[in-house]
Amino acid sequence: MSITYLEAIREAQAKLLRDDERVFIYGQDVGGTFGGAFKATKGLAKEFPGRVLNTPISEDAMVGTAIGAAMHGMRPIVEMQFADFSSTALNQILNNAGTHYWRTDVPVPITVRLPSGGTKGSGPFHSQSMESLYAHYPGLIVMTPATVEDAYTMLIEAVAIDDPVVYCEHKYLYYHLKAEKLPTEGLPTGRARIAREGRDLTIVAYSAMVHEALAVAEELAREGFEIEVVDLRSVKPLDTNTVLASVARTGRLLCVGESFPWGGATAEIIARVTAQGFHLLDAAPQRLNAKDTPIPYHPNLWSAHRPNANEIARKARALLRE
Amino acid sequence: MLETATRSKKSATSKPAPHERFLEAFRWMLLARTLEEKLVSLYRGGLITGGVYVGRGQEAVSVACGLFLQKGDIFAPLIRDQAGRSAFGEPLIDVTRTYLGSRQGPMRGRDGNIHRGRPRNNQLAMISHLGAMVSVTVGALMAKRFHGEKNFVGLSCIGEGGMQTGSFHEGMNLAAVEQVPLVLVATNNHYAYSTPNDREFACHNLVDRAIGYGFEGYSFDGTDLSACLDVIGGAVKRARAGRPPQLVVASILRLSGHGEHDDASYVTDEIKREPFARDCLKVTEQTIVDLNLVDAETLAEWRKDADAQVDQAISAAQKEAAPEADEEDWYAISTRDLVDSLE
Repeated sequence: MSITYLEAIREAQAKLLRDDERVFIYGQDVGGTFGGAFKATKGLAKEFPGRVLNTPISEDAMVGTAIGAAMHGMRPIVEMQFADFSSTALNQILNNAGTHYWRTDVPVPITVRLPSGGTKGSGPFHSQSMESLYAHYPGLIVMTPATVEDAYTMLIEAVAIDDPVVYCEHKYLYYHLKAEKLPTEGLPTGRARIAREGRDLTIVAYSAMVHEALAVAEELAREGFEIEVVDLRSVKPLDTNTVLASVARTGRLLCVGESFPWGGATAEIIARVTAQGFHLLDAAPQRLNAKDTPIPYHPNLWSAHRPNANEIARKARALLRE
Repeated sequence: MLETATRSKKSATSKPAPHERFLEAFRWMLLARTLEEKLVSLYRGGLITGGVYVGRGQEAVSVACGLFLQKGDIFAPLIRDQAGRSAFGEPLIDVTRTYLGSRQGPMRGRDGNIHRGRPRNNQLAMISHLGAMVSVTVGALMAKRFHGEKNFVGLSCIGEGGMQTGSFHEGMNLAAVEQVPLVLVATNNHYAYSTPNDREFACHNLVDRAIGYGFEGYSFDGTDLSACLDVIGGAVKRARAGRPPQLVVASILRLSGHGEHDDASYVTDEIKREPFARDCLKVTEQTIVDLNLVDAETLAEWRKDADAQVDQAISAAQKEAAPEADEEDWYAISTRDLVDSLE
């Protein structure tokens, strides 16, 4: 048997609905016989009647409703049809959910699932990676699972956490990643994972970029370089210690993220490593992000807009030469 | 103290009796007005940091919002709902602690003035982004339904300004889709900060929106306490009985600035002559006198009692320590081991 990243998300939700009566799923097209635009909730409405509910196209009210329900003992999972559309719910996520515990001492345990990242032909409004934006605001946890196993265990953990979680699931990984079976446990949230060990250069990545980085590590191994790949797993909290420990071993740092370049997760990592581990660095740390334009539609443009293995390899080689 | 607010001193009169909770409501209105007038003096004296936002002119609508809610009901008050908050059960000390910045207040200095709330007691803590609390109220009601609770309602307040936000529209629509027992109390005070109605909306009457969303709608004179009690009380009753969500729209004039920093010089003389520009507290008091519901001595006692309660709440809060930055934990999430640490 093999299970995809997308199936892992569905299975995690099925388990959550089965094990915890506080859980319900709220989103556009998630219910009925349809089961979501990507089928992440396929069959769940039938299996769990009244707990997998279609909503109007009202992202703000979907999240507002989840906040109210969470305050009163429920554990809602909101599915955004695409991460991009969560921008119309920013107010509820940032200003309501993100401030509530701080203001009132009452936490808001909602999970907002964001089908994130680019796929060919999806264009400016169905391709965004918004983890850097959400991580910027206080009061939220931002998960960016890169593996089938993490997609499963981290979603279960997201719902268990008493605070609001933005769960960024990568659409490109939905069908491309497969695992033999689902894990029974994973690393705790907030702990990064060494995806590949090395001693010449650290590449820090998360979500789909972990796999681009691993491909580059494989390629450069043939040239005699040993690249260490750190999978952050969550961008907030950010496991600075694991990154610093890796840089201590390699002396070189390249950060790769799919969100837009201004500020963001990669800049944050470099700022922290530079401030706390300047003495560990043998070369100026580098980063690679998507380009500072909206995300293009045509595959020729799209594949050059996001960081890809070729570009990561080019940047890595330059850094290794320094 | 309100248990004593009976109509025992009512003398024979030929005029129709007002709503049975009229005097009780009046006393909450009086308490809210007394409190807010003192808060304004403290603000003018430089003793309150940030803004002061009062419900002057809106007390009759507001008190009716709090009065008919029962234990287990959800209340989402807004900026001008002191009377309703008090009637719902918010202690005065919560108000004075929040305005005066006591570390013991419900917001502990982290948020101020009208943003206070006690979500554990079903009084939601509003955010400044108008319309946002409607769907939050819907969610709270859905949670109650999931838990199998019965006989509950939620009441969410809004102004005609907030009714023009996308968030309000989404929340109202979703309430009807979910068929939750929601009462939306909209108060048209004729100005969104300084902007008059003709630049806020173009429909004939805001209550006409009810039918478009699948709500039942009623409009009423927000300066007439009996009307407020009848209409809001009726809407709460209908929602509790399983009727569709309710939209009730009151008409009043805001008898203050947007906040106390605002002299409201843009309010025209013409609008001040409109019937809805009456001061509901004065109208209510006049009704009490006209119908001889209680005598002048009792009215004076009630006033004194309100003064004493307010003075006590203010002096208690004034004695309390302010929050200290070096004692804050600065954690925005409750899960301590997931705090993102820059150390």
